Amino acid sequence: MRERADVTADGTRGTRRHKRNGEEPMVPRADFDSYYGRPVIKAPGWSARDIAGYFFLGGLAGAGSVLAAGAQLTRRPATAKAMKISSLAAITLSYAALVNDLGRPGRFVNMLRVFKPTSPMSVGSWLLSGYGPCAGAAAFCAVTGRLPGAGAAATAGAAVTGPAVAAYTAVLAADTAVPAWHGAHRELPYVFVASAAAAASGMALVLAPVRENGPARCAAVLAAAGEMSAMSAAERSLGMVAETYREGRAGRLLRAARVLTTAGAAGAAVFGRQSRTVAVGSGAMLLAGSACTRFGIFAAGIASAEDPVYTVRPQRMAKERTAQERAAGEREARRGAAVVQDGGG
Amino acid sequence: MTSHLLSGPEADPARDAGHEDAPPRVGFFTDTSVCIGCKACEVACKEWNAIPEDGLSLTGMSYDNTQSLGASTWRHVAFIEQSVPAGRTAPAPGQDLLPDSVSGPGSASVPPSVPDGRVPAPDGRTTLPLASGDGEVRWLMSSDVCKHCTHAACLDVCPTGSLFRTEFGTVVVQDDICNGCGYCVPACPYGVIEQRPSDGRAFKCTMCYDRLGAGQEPACAKACPTESIQFGVLDELRERAARRVGRLHAAGVTEARLYGHEPDDGVGGDGAFFLLLDRPEVYGLPPDPVVTTRDLPAMWRHAAMAALSLAGGIALSFAASTLTEGLTGALAGRKELP
Ligand code: SF4
Ligand code: SF4
Repeated sequence: MRERADVTADGTRGTRRHKRNGEEPMVPRADFDSYYGRPVIKAPGWSARDIAGYFFLGGLAGAGSVLAAGAQLTRRPATAKAMKISSLAAITLSYAALVNDLGRPGRFVNMLRVFKPTSPMSVGSWLLSGYGPCAGAAAFCAVTGRLPGAGAAATAGAAVTGPAVAAYTAVLAADTAVPAWHGAHRELPYVFVASAAAAASGMALVLAPVRENGPARCAAVLAAAGEMSAMSAAERSLGMVAETYREGRAGRLLRAARVLTTAGAAGAAVFGRQSRTVAVGSGAMLLAGSACTRFGIFAAGIASAEDPVYTVRPQRMAKERTAQERAAGEREARRGAAVVQDGGG
Repeated sequence: MTSHLLSGPEADPARDAGHEDAPPRVGFFTDTSVCIGCKACEVACKEWNAIPEDGLSLTGMSYDNTQSLGASTWRHVAFIEQSVPAGRTAPAPGQDLLPDSVSGPGSASVPPSVPDGRVPAPDGRTTLPLASGDGEVRWLMSSDVCKHCTHAACLDVCPTGSLFRTEFGTVVVQDDICNGCGYCVPACPYGVIEQRPSDGRAFKCTMCYDRLGAGQEPACAKACPTESIQFGVLDELRERAARRVGRLHAAGVTEARLYGHEPDDGVGGDGAFFLLLDRPEVYGLPPDPVVTTRDLPAMWRHAAMAALSLAGGIALSFAASTLTEGLTGALAGRKELP
């Protein structure tokens, strides 16, 4: 009896076991309760290739359309045409990834059955059905040289909806119970658009001639700086859940993302004007960095959903905070009442 | 915290969802203190709803080989064997603490507060899962189910409208509409709904929508021999639960607590709530769940700001480089002048 009790007590009330390559945690953990260490919430069944891949491609397409419009306005025709083609390719692959990830791909049109602002996926489906045709028409007119007026209108349409396509995917991830995503719901949109800008400027550096790449080099630097600061703000809001961004697969991907993005932006800024080779290399690093950021954040979300400590501990802390605030409020009210009584007496 | 339709107390979710003349909201009160772990609820649910088999395995988790709620498990009985933590006091065993509704004709000491004489006598548990001393083992059992949240994240995020609020205030998936996007799965703060791998679509407890429509109680509540699962009008269940927990406290069972009963909690209160004998996380339940869409207005605001800063940042890049190129061009031009 005794022995059994000990075994099970360890199972339900034990300290957390660490399986991550035998790495010891820096700070020893206090005990927390769970049901046999099983997750409290369910991790999404989404495949990383399809959904993290879509986060990357959607960002590349959306931010790319803004670059294309800017290039067209400032008479950088090679950049404009290249970015329009890149955006169309990226958004086409996005559609394929999204439909492929459905449990019932044949029913993908059900996405447009209703419009629900409470569902970021519904909002996104409508956004994509506005953005996609614009991106397609813009690329078609740029390649064929036909209907320049319509091409300009489509370019403008894609540039207006593009940032929304790049930003809403952050809400898609954050509007879940996944601790590593929901806990950063204020910062994630900024991380996502910065990462999108890094990818699109990387693509422009790869595709455009050096004499046109000034804006892309500038955007790459802004994007890298924006991504770093938004990421550290996200980690601050996440509290203990931020360790899912530092450990395991997510940690490796996000460290690689930081190195690639910083090196890509620095290379582009310093030598991107002199050397086409450096520009292409920097652009490729920026693209790879953006992909690592998306796959890293995706992996952090899965890790945070699979370990109950990330659901239980922050909720316990929130509960205790509310209880303390309530108690403090009551003390305050009593003191106020006492003062009033004194005044009256 | 801002109060909007996405969180906070909401008296009548069915009417808010557009059901005029909605009947009173119904729910489950699961009193785990009398659960005997017989799994009749699991079996009745599988049978009535024709849910497929989803794996036969021995987990080593006490008598729990079901493991968790999921696409093909809509009732899940948890088994927890624990030694009583040092310093915890519990009333001496043998006290009659069975609930009014199940104490049966034999226990004259308990005046039935449920006037209904048709309540069946308990077949199983005759004492509560309490242990009196250090190191003694107590055995907790609890039948978990979809909470049919007042603010249901699964329903809010479903892009197809497949998940909907019924006239009874419950939350149901329409399997002819679901396209298996899987968004509801990580949205649920309790880890209830899931996609069935063989099928792709999402499934969960319907609170036996078909039986409710025919004036029948759900299969699990019907099958439960100890009335641990009580079905009824939610307001009445809440009153009954408050009386029950009061009685347990009066008898010294201080660890008894209600879970999911408060209309002002993070999900606006559960349509299926519980009486537990330990902290919720011991049973695998989240201690302070919040409907994720409570923060959705803030998320959309930040996304709009982020989208604007993306457009602004790229515009700035074009302006800056056009300007510097113009300047260097002008400077170079001046140098070339004789
Ligand atoms: S418990 Fe989960 S699946 Fe059930 S209604 Fe609430 S959010 Fe939906
Ligand atoms: S999987 Fe089905 S029920 Fe769940 S959100 Fe998608 S369409 Fe709705």
